[in-house]
Amino acid sequence: MVSTPNGFNIDNSGQRIVVDPVTRIEGHMRCEVNVDENGVIRNAVSTGTMWRGLEVILKGRDPRDAWAFTERICGVCTGTHALTSVRAVEDALGIMIPDNANSIRNLMQLALQIHDHIVHFYHLHALDWVNPVNALKADPKATSELQQAVSPSHPLSSPGYFRDVQNRLKKIIESGQLGLFKNGYWDNPAYKLPPEADLMATTHYLEALDLQKEIVKVHTIFGGKNPHPNWLVGGVPCPINVDGVGGVGAINMERLNMVQSIIQQTLEFNRNVYIPDVIAIGGFYRNWLYGGGLASKACLAYGDIPEHPNDFSADQLHMPRGAIINGDLSTVYDVDPRDPEQVQEFVDHSWYTYGEPGKGLHPWDGITEPKYELGPNAKGTRTNIQELDEAAKYSWIKAPRWKGHAMEVGPLARYIIGYAKGHEDIKGQVDGLLKTMDLPFDALFSTLGRTAARALESEYCSRLQQHFFDKLVINIKNGDSSTANVEKWDPSTWPAEAKGVGMTEAPRGALGHWIKIKDGRIENYQCVVPTTWNGSPRDTAGNIGAFEASLLDTPMERPEEPVEILRTLHSFDPCLACSTHVMSPDGDELTTVKVR
Amino acid sequence: MTAKVLVLGIGNVLWADEGFGVRCVETLAESYAFGPDVRLLDGGTQGLYLLPFLEEVDTLLVFDAVDYGLTPGTLKIVEDDEVPAFMGAKKMSLHQTGFQDVIATAQLMGYCPEKLILIGCQPEELEDYGGGLRDVVAAQIAPALAIAVEKLRALGIEVREGRTESNDLADPSILRGAYEEGRPSEDEACRVGDDRFLPQGA
Repeated sequence: MVSTPNGFNIDNSGQRIVVDPVTRIEGHMRCEVNVDENGVIRNAVSTGTMWRGLEVILKGRDPRDAWAFTERICGVCTGTHALTSVRAVEDALGIMIPDNANSIRNLMQLALQIHDHIVHFYHLHALDWVNPVNALKADPKATSELQQAVSPSHPLSSPGYFRDVQNRLKKIIESGQLGLFKNGYWDNPAYKLPPEADLMATTHYLEALDLQKEIVKVHTIFGGKNPHPNWLVGGVPCPINVDGVGGVGAINMERLNMVQSIIQQTLEFNRNVYIPDVIAIGGFYRNWLYGGGLASKACLAYGDIPEHPNDFSADQLHMPRGAIINGDLSTVYDVDPRDPEQVQEFVDHSWYTYGEPGKGLHPWDGITEPKYELGPNAKGTRTNIQELDEAAKYSWIKAPRWKGHAMEVGPLARYIIGYAKGHEDIKGQVDGLLKTMDLPFDALFSTLGRTAARALESEYCSRLQQHFFDKLVINIKNGDSSTANVEKWDPSTWPAEAKGVGMTEAPRGALGHWIKIKDGRIENYQCVVPTTWNGSPRDTAGNIGAFEASLLDTPMERPEEPVEILRTLHSFDPCLACSTHVMSPDGDELTTVKVR
Repeated sequence: MTAKVLVLGIGNVLWADEGFGVRCVETLAESYAFGPDVRLLDGGTQGLYLLPFLEEVDTLLVFDAVDYGLTPGTLKIVEDDEVPAFMGAKKMSLHQTGFQDVIATAQLMGYCPEKLILIGCQPEELEDYGGGLRDVVAAQIAPALAIAVEKLRALGIEVREGRTESNDLADPSILRGAYEEGRPSEDEACRVGDDRFLPQGA
């Protein structure tokens, strides 16, 4: 057994289980664990089996176009990458955006947060807790009673409604075309819900599908289109013309009214469906408080949603910024992404080289030079690995560290930091939830805590949307229709060399883009994405990352059916598409546990 | 006005031949004129974001790079019930919400278009981040468009030579010409590392 410097005990002597690929995530990820004779996870190894390098495509391009490329990195965080990119360029060139642009960007970023959170919970994560096959056994009348008890304000709660949904489900399942539900371990005892709760949650899966179409209309309205909304260095590319009718792209009263109605609808869903579901489902799993990992020890957030344009001071951000280390919640450190000693990436256990061991590089000086080699204890071949050797290089993900510490990022990290800083809205929500569920504060440090923080944040984001919507409308009424500052649009106004950083909170955690501009072109571009933090491999000192830490000490009902592993990894909403790059598709044949 | 036909290009333009579908729609917009009932859309890898577009049409025509295990550059056309099966046959792109899941979800919700046409092209190279279309795949854009036009005309949809202005295509900076011409050289930015992501079995 080995103790890591960040306080975890690892024992890799037991049976090794390989889960590859981990499904229902974006991108490609593999996980190996060792379980002891009681089926408890004693060692965890998380690896990104893809290689990344945005500099490969951006070098030499126009910095004003970088957002359009970063928007294509993956199919989930599109707008967040674009926003981070334009912020990095504006930071480098000292470009100030107008007030309306700040409100509109916040409205778009919040819409993305809410959309991602809801889609994640209902369509990617719920099936780790909810069993749609079991829902067929439910009594619709009892389901209706459960719904009314859980959320009296939700109008869709009649026995007939649930019977209809059940019949629809029955048709799909009996036709043998399980379709979206085909890949579950539906007879695993890790599923604890009674059939009525399964039916209620599956019904909301369908309601969420309808709602998510509405949420993203905010992007279509302000970004001109969706998918792939338009962004602009210097502001937002949508003119405001409140009296205009039908003008292409311009923001008029009709469109603003539509935004108001979407915000209201979303807020109601968060309050009447999403949060009550998390409480109801969580109640049946209240003794399953595994998966905390790094959350109780080290959390990081860059913060986001600035109240005023161009002001990223920590006390002006609605989503909190800060760092907690060594489990000491009484001190929240501020985070400076420019400080070369704070954010650094290490590659001693990653398939890259910096030329010398033990070295960390700040992203402005980041290099991506691949070095693929397996350790002496790896099993299999270079192109068909059966078992990784985590004592050597074992992942295409680099290991980012904050002042040398492995950090968890994401909704739970943001909520722990917010709580520790005494953020009023966050503290109120968390205290309320714990009281309702009659759970102690420490229960937050768990897989369920991560899932609950995401639900609370979704509701908070809806309220923030209302705040910025009101702010936008008042500003327009006061005669300000400016949405972009193009003073420094022309590269001839730029210095010969400049560097900048853009930060956001992506749905899955702290996201930073670091850019260096030379003679009007991109010289270096590095993204440190949330899943790089959470999915990081070990570092030189042996500290393990958030995914690895979260899996330790979790008992598995059936090691050959890794429901518990998926449950905890999914709770991070991992996205590997931008943290890494694809490898040979033959990778699927490595699967030891056939993850379905 | 509601569009009755959706012509959708899907795939990730950053991954070489994965961009086939998006480039087809782009070229279609430059070469043909459609009426207001036809929407041309660059769908990227957007999964569930595409649902509302499916809901509003009766006919869906998709261009995509699909791995059928054929010779690179081979076009294969499948229709209606065959479409989901073909798209699900092999993982077609990076994203886990593959397009087959989007179709399955649309069917579950009762808003899947009645008529489905998939024009797929066998890719030569996907593992080249930042790369453009390979010659054999690029050469199939024109034949793929000809097939699409023929299929649409057979459904009674008016197609004329000309241009279609669409707000739903890629930003100019990543349209095919700008994207492929602006690529940094191999010396400037390392493209591949080692045999792990060099094409296997080449």
